[in-house]
Amino acid sequence: MSALNQYLDLYREHQKLIDANGAGPLNDLRGDAYAQLSDMKLPKADSDNYENCDLEAILAPDYGINLAKLNIDVNPQATFRCDVPMLTESPFMLINDTFAASKSMIEGLPEGVEAGSLRVFGLDYPEDIKRYYGKLADIKNPIVALNTLFAQDGFYLRVKKGVHLEKPLQLVNILENGMPLMGVRRLLIIMEEDAEATLLVCEHSQNPDVQFLDLEAVEIFAARNARFDYYNLEESTEKTSRLSALYLSQEEGSHVSIDGLTLFNGVTRNEYYTRFNGEHAELHLYGMGIEDDSRKVSTYSHINHAVPDCISNELFKFSLDDEAKGAFTGRIYVAPGAVKTEAYQSNRNLVGSDDARMFSRPELEIYNDDVKCSHGCAIGKPDELQLFYMRTRGLSESTAKLLLKQAFMADIIDRIRIPSLRDRLHLMVERRFAGERSACAGCPVCKSHEA
Amino acid sequence: MMDNKYMLKVKDLHARINGKEILKGINLEVKPGEVHAIMGPNGSGKSTLSMVLAGSPAYEVTEGSAEFNGKDLLAMLPEDRSHEGLFLGFQYPVEIPGVSMVNFMRAAVNAKREYHHEPPMSATDFLKMMREKRAVVELDNKLASRSVNEGFSGGEKKRNEIFQMAVLEPKLSILDETDSGLDVDALRIVADGVNTLKNENNATIVITHYQRLLDYLKPQFIHILYKGRIVKSGGPELALEIEQRGFDWIKEEVDNKEGE
Repeated sequence: MSALNQYLDLYREHQKLIDANGAGPLNDLRGDAYAQLSDMKLPKADSDNYENCDLEAILAPDYGINLAKLNIDVNPQATFRCDVPMLTESPFMLINDTFAASKSMIEGLPEGVEAGSLRVFGLDYPEDIKRYYGKLADIKNPIVALNTLFAQDGFYLRVKKGVHLEKPLQLVNILENGMPLMGVRRLLIIMEEDAEATLLVCEHSQNPDVQFLDLEAVEIFAARNARFDYYNLEESTEKTSRLSALYLSQEEGSHVSIDGLTLFNGVTRNEYYTRFNGEHAELHLYGMGIEDDSRKVSTYSHINHAVPDCISNELFKFSLDDEAKGAFTGRIYVAPGAVKTEAYQSNRNLVGSDDARMFSRPELEIYNDDVKCSHGCAIGKPDELQLFYMRTRGLSESTAKLLLKQAFMADIIDRIRIPSLRDRLHLMVERRFAGERSACAGCPVCKSHEA
Repeated sequence: MMDNKYMLKVKDLHARINGKEILKGINLEVKPGEVHAIMGPNGSGKSTLSMVLAGSPAYEVTEGSAEFNGKDLLAMLPEDRSHEGLFLGFQYPVEIPGVSMVNFMRAAVNAKREYHHEPPMSATDFLKMMREKRAVVELDNKLASRSVNEGFSGGEKKRNEIFQMAVLEPKLSILDETDSGLDVDALRIVADGVNTLKNENNATIVITHYQRLLDYLKPQFIHILYKGRIVKSGGPELALEIEQRGFDWIKEEVDNKEGE
């Protein structure tokens, strides 16, 4: 029996409750999601595009979902310690998929920026949300369908025409519960013409002994000449699974950067689907994962060059140790007539143990001649000659390997365009490789923030 | 039996790589204060000897022994050989993108101090030392803040080797073709650096093809390596003879003997 059945049952039993704590535009799509899931067979573990990923196993535990939106007694200000320098005085928070924010936070936003609870915006401005919600995310994707079936809240961001948001926005997601819990969260981001913004999303699970499933769908609309930088930093626990599907559409001249950074995790599946609808648009899609013990990360990306003259640049790097498993499947599609396309894709992997596994499939599908494209992957051990060189200078083999791993991730981190995040992440990665379980302990930035 | 008079004592050393025997019985003794030069035609095993002494895991020692200050060198990890005072200046210094020279050297210095039960060096002292040692080979501050050897010119890489030697203050330095790829000025800087670091308590083995570095370093002992063995040893005059006559006469001597 498929693990999906328990969720279909749950939906049937609690449909009214789900809708009552949702919002019109979100509720409208549940029927479709239910129909899709009823007919759906989950992709088999290790099947095409799901290498080193087992959706059945991820969905199998009996997770609770907080459908009634009961206040779980969480005081994030008291328990939460962020590893990243606070980019704002008070970040937006989603606690177990319920938006939690003070009024001041929302009122402090510059004019022309709407940000806050997706549910509240869905209730207050159903027509606005309806125009975008579910329009990019593919309901045939099991992650999207399941998310749509249960999503009641999440984060909404709209930056209006010509508005430049100077300071990055930060959204912190926290999963905290005494029993297994699924957090179902939806992000809807609308960047209007000539708008500019940066969003950093941090993922945390608070209780290391509890199983969590973080089920996320993200839709990003980048209108003409919009600029948007999106960072997702996962620092969850070994017992946390994450299923995330991100959908992006880009109009003419838009410039989008997406960084998926997996620092601590359990089992993670990140999907990225992007499409150029207008010419002269640019996408930078980067990611990294640091995997050890028996952690898993699987990444799927599909970049659609549907129109001419766009640039995409993709780089994913993974470091795998112990019995960790990773997978990267990257597909770049260049449509007939999408001439002058520039598409570069690279996946590089450092495998530090005999029992770690990496699967990589970089794919290009090109239907015209006038393009500049490249793709490639590399899977290798730490370089023997570099290790020996360092050891002749007195570094132990483990220290030498540590430096090489840090160095391996350096170019991903150096591309981050928030200086405080970049500096902090260098340190966090250093500590992560050095074996510290939580990179956060003793972070001076947070201490000063608390004071 | 250990003989403390010698800093390095290599006896009948055999080594191979990928099943192929390269060193076929090396004997070499080095005392503190001495400078030795090892010369020989290409492929004779000069670099292999340096790699084996430094502990490269790519090579397998099949026979023989090497003592370093009375300790069994071959039993030591490469990093411990370094801590004990052995330094190898690479013929081809390795580029390590993403690892800064400063971090690399700090890790090296503190690893050595830890080995000798000393506390880590303070940041101030470390930076002061880096400044002083850079001056030995006129190494630009900018290079020190870059990734190890990445984007360095050939000459800069070799100067960087001597800089690292200056920082680590080894007892025995093996300089593997440190002169190759250097112009006249760079050669002088490198040679001056080596001479500055030289004293009665340390020793140097220079591997080279050319007389010009030896003009600066003035080794007392010249060894000719051919087919994995030291086939001839002598004083400085041997290097001059090689400069004039090449290696062919030595090859012939050896090959004829083998033929007998």
